[in-house]
Amino acid sequence: MFIRKLSKAALAAIALLLAGCEGGVLDPKGQVGMDEKHLIIVSTLLMLIVVIPVIFMTLYFAWKYRDGRDHEIYAPKWAHSKTIEIVVWLVPVIIVIILGVITWDSTHKLDPYKPLEHQAKPITVQVVSLDWKWLFIYPEQGIASVNELAFPANVPVNFKITSDTAMNSFFIPQLGSQIYSMAGMATKLHLIANEPGTFEGISANYSGAGFAGMKFNAIATPTADDFDAWVAKVKQQGSPLNVEQYKQLAKKSENNPVQYYGSVQQGMFNYIVMQYMHPDSNMKSMGSMSGMEDMEGMHDMGNMEDMKGMDHAQHMQHMQHMKDMDADQTHSSTEQSSIASGEAE
Amino acid sequence: MSFLGKLTLESIPYHEPIIMVTLAVVGVIGLIIAALITKHQKWGILWHDWITSVDHKKLGIMYILLALIMLIRGFSDAIMMRTQQALATNGAAGYLPPEHYDQIFTAHGVIMIIFMAMPFMIGLMNLVLPLQIGARDVAFPFLNNLSFWLTASGAVLINISLGLGEFAKTGWVAYPPLSELAYSPGVGVDYYIWALQISGIGTTLTGVNFIATVLKMRAPGMKLMQMPIFTWTCTWANILIVASFPILTAVLGLLTLDRYLDFHFFTNDGGGNAMMYINLFWAWGHPEVYILILPAFGIFSEVISTFTSKRLFGYSSMVWASGAISILGFIVWLHHFFTMGSSANVNAFFGVMTMVIAVPTGVKLFNWLFTIYRGRLRITVPVLWTLGFMVTFTIGGMTGVLLAVPGADYVLHNSLFLIAHFHNTILGGAVFGYMAGFAFWFPKAMGFHLNERLGKASFWCWQIGFYVAFMPLYVLGFMGMTRRINHTDNPAWNFWIYFAAVGAFIILAGIILQFVQLYVSFRDRQQNLDTTGDPWNGHTLEWSTSSPPQFYNFATLPHVSDIDAFTDMKEKGQAYQRAQKYQPIHMPKNTASGIFMAACITAVGFAAIWHIWWLAIVGFISAFVLFLVRAYDSDVDYYVQPKDVALIENAHLDNVTANLTNLARG
Repeated sequence: MFIRKLSKAALAAIALLLAGCEGGVLDPKGQVGMDEKHLIIVSTLLMLIVVIPVIFMTLYFAWKYRDGRDHEIYAPKWAHSKTIEIVVWLVPVIIVIILGVITWDSTHKLDPYKPLEHQAKPITVQVVSLDWKWLFIYPEQGIASVNELAFPANVPVNFKITSDTAMNSFFIPQLGSQIYSMAGMATKLHLIANEPGTFEGISANYSGAGFAGMKFNAIATPTADDFDAWVAKVKQQGSPLNVEQYKQLAKKSENNPVQYYGSVQQGMFNYIVMQYMHPDSNMKSMGSMSGMEDMEGMHDMGNMEDMKGMDHAQHMQHMQHMKDMDADQTHSSTEQSSIASGEAE
Repeated sequence: MSFLGKLTLESIPYHEPIIMVTLAVVGVIGLIIAALITKHQKWGILWHDWITSVDHKKLGIMYILLALIMLIRGFSDAIMMRTQQALATNGAAGYLPPEHYDQIFTAHGVIMIIFMAMPFMIGLMNLVLPLQIGARDVAFPFLNNLSFWLTASGAVLINISLGLGEFAKTGWVAYPPLSELAYSPGVGVDYYIWALQISGIGTTLTGVNFIATVLKMRAPGMKLMQMPIFTWTCTWANILIVASFPILTAVLGLLTLDRYLDFHFFTNDGGGNAMMYINLFWAWGHPEVYILILPAFGIFSEVISTFTSKRLFGYSSMVWASGAISILGFIVWLHHFFTMGSSANVNAFFGVMTMVIAVPTGVKLFNWLFTIYRGRLRITVPVLWTLGFMVTFTIGGMTGVLLAVPGADYVLHNSLFLIAHFHNTILGGAVFGYMAGFAFWFPKAMGFHLNERLGKASFWCWQIGFYVAFMPLYVLGFMGMTRRINHTDNPAWNFWIYFAAVGAFIILAGIILQFVQLYVSFRDRQQNLDTTGDPWNGHTLEWSTSSPPQFYNFATLPHVSDIDAFTDMKEKGQAYQRAQKYQPIHMPKNTASGIFMAACITAVGFAAIWHIWWLAIVGFISAFVLFLVRAYDSDVDYYVQPKDVALIENAHLDNVTANLTNLARG
């Protein structure tokens, strides 16, 4: 209770200090971010129990025992005290134990891979970091967008994240946690916006020359209808996204404007993840799809379980299909969709 | 393949005025220095007394000189970054395009950690450690010379990158796949690899050398638990060096195979896994942080106990706390990438282990406090750095523990909060420690005092500049600003970005004052000579020698029976005693093998960077031949005759006696 009160007071102080700084980590608009902010404040207060006395004692002792104050006790040989030793080991130990428990607990509670508990049905967004822009694929809506992300407020969003370039980090500071995007694997992140608004999204891991421009707006729409309207707008304005167009998009570019894709070839995300799996793949060729055979050795983080979900027969059939396709050298979009049937959706 | 590999005239960045002007200035300064050396006919002294020296004290001074030069280079990078960010607000482009800015922040990190902090730390260790344990040199004096020149070799390569080709544009961690050929086809990453690889091998050899030294060469009677605390913290650091630097060597080797021979350890395709690099890099990188900070902790301990004229509080606690930090330092590396998607159990484990390190570190702080308690603290420059450290590092430690909470790290990772944190600990911890050590041991090394007023002025500029430069970065981190961006477009951030830039210039004033201090102190050295060798009423054996110490350090090896060996000797009236008879002293001869071997290795590195394969082969064979010649050379040592020792010692002790009498009279 005390901690909560204290944290409120500190919160007010910090808010005052950062007056006028909207946005950012201390101005969260989603449950995850709010929990993390609370965690930051509680941890800081706990540590201040040691930090403030240490700073105070440093200055006070340096002043009190400075040379020339001959009336102070001088004990040049005094170098050991069991009591003091016990106290100085024990106090940090106790604080670290408390902090350790908080850490263990909060790390499990805030695990970015853990789906959020919420009555609303979550929506899924597949995120791809490219040189130097973000591609967002909506598998349920069949659309995609570049550098603009939209979802309804008060609905959990399940992100699946990969990269088709160097490592980046997918981060919307006001909503909470970030997670790395890495080529050849899919990571996961679960976020929610608890109020509507437009929040800045960034890459939080340097990835080359155009990195500073890898920004996007994350729009939390007030209602599901608003989101549907956004989807409709994308569908209407956007061109289709197939492998050809994806390859165009994946080329290096900086400070990309927002782009919409009204339809997305099915299985696009898995195609992007899987293209690196063939041992001697010509990187971005469709032929690399036969690399699915390497699934067992694959170091995937999110996709793996989806694949495991397939029964063996299905898996074999799937592989056979891909071999056929590889032999045919056909690259049409229909094959593309079946290839990616490993995807849960 | 042409004769010069990938190297062409186009490799010189003519189109970059900033670089060309810098090169011109460096060239002019180099010519002036060369002209001065020629004018004063010092080339011989430079070669015979310094470059080929195997004397640990001279190598120490050369390491520190290298560190100071690299400090100028690394700090120039820092000023450029701060001004770029200050000019590139509201979407403006600033004056540094990404391809230049990205090299600057990479070079800043690499230079400050590998070529400023490490040589500074190793320099102080070289200077002091053998003296503290009453030894005449390190275990392997030639190896020590070679280590220095290998470090210098790395520094030379990284500085060549300024005028030939480019440096890495990857950040100082050079994470693949960005550092792979697919995303970094230029020579920048190759410069990074070879500069780190060569200097890293030098560092590993230093670690081996100093572990052997403390184990085998302590003065008679000195037990391990009687070694001075700085020697102890350096020993832990050396254990960390020997255990962790081979990991760096291996991981750079794997990256080299990827880039040169089309291997796929860390590539996106071909079954590579960049996560492996990141793990291995930090398995070295985190212990590296403690390699930097532990000797600094030792310096603070020495400074505090000397200037309070008191024994260090909790000596064994300090030794074991350092040991605990060293061991724990190896099982926390994952906290550098909580955001990679590890399971909650893994993240929580590494988070908690990281916090555990705060316990021994906290204990150290309390021990320093209780050393001041009931002491008589003389507020000198080394003490100011120490007090500044205790306040600053406590804040840095707190933000570090905060970052160790995975839930907090998920939003603070890679933000400017992180930048503020590690500058808070590496600058406010390690570098403040080296500055304290520099001021503390300067009279010992050079024989004259540093100007105290300029030293204090410099300290205050550093201290105030530090807070002005880095506290805003904590705020910016909370505001969601991430690291390594070359321009911003958020009006709310501008104030803090400008604020931080001002801080960088205050630190610049501090650095300039330090160089002024060096100049003024040198100019007035005759009035500030340290004639007794014990300017601060020191506790440990280095203060029992003359300043600067004789080349053989100790005419007769001291017999040690207390942690504060020299205080003990002074109290028992055994200090400054003339020996009846001196024994011949066995000393190593100077040798040019070290610099020649390092020069060949530099050529190998340069050739590998530019794919000049014939030069790489010639360089490697030459280095190997030089090694064989040295290995079979038996003319490596000599004896100093007792009569020469007696002459030197009597002159010094006469001086001391005269001084002590003067003191007693005055």
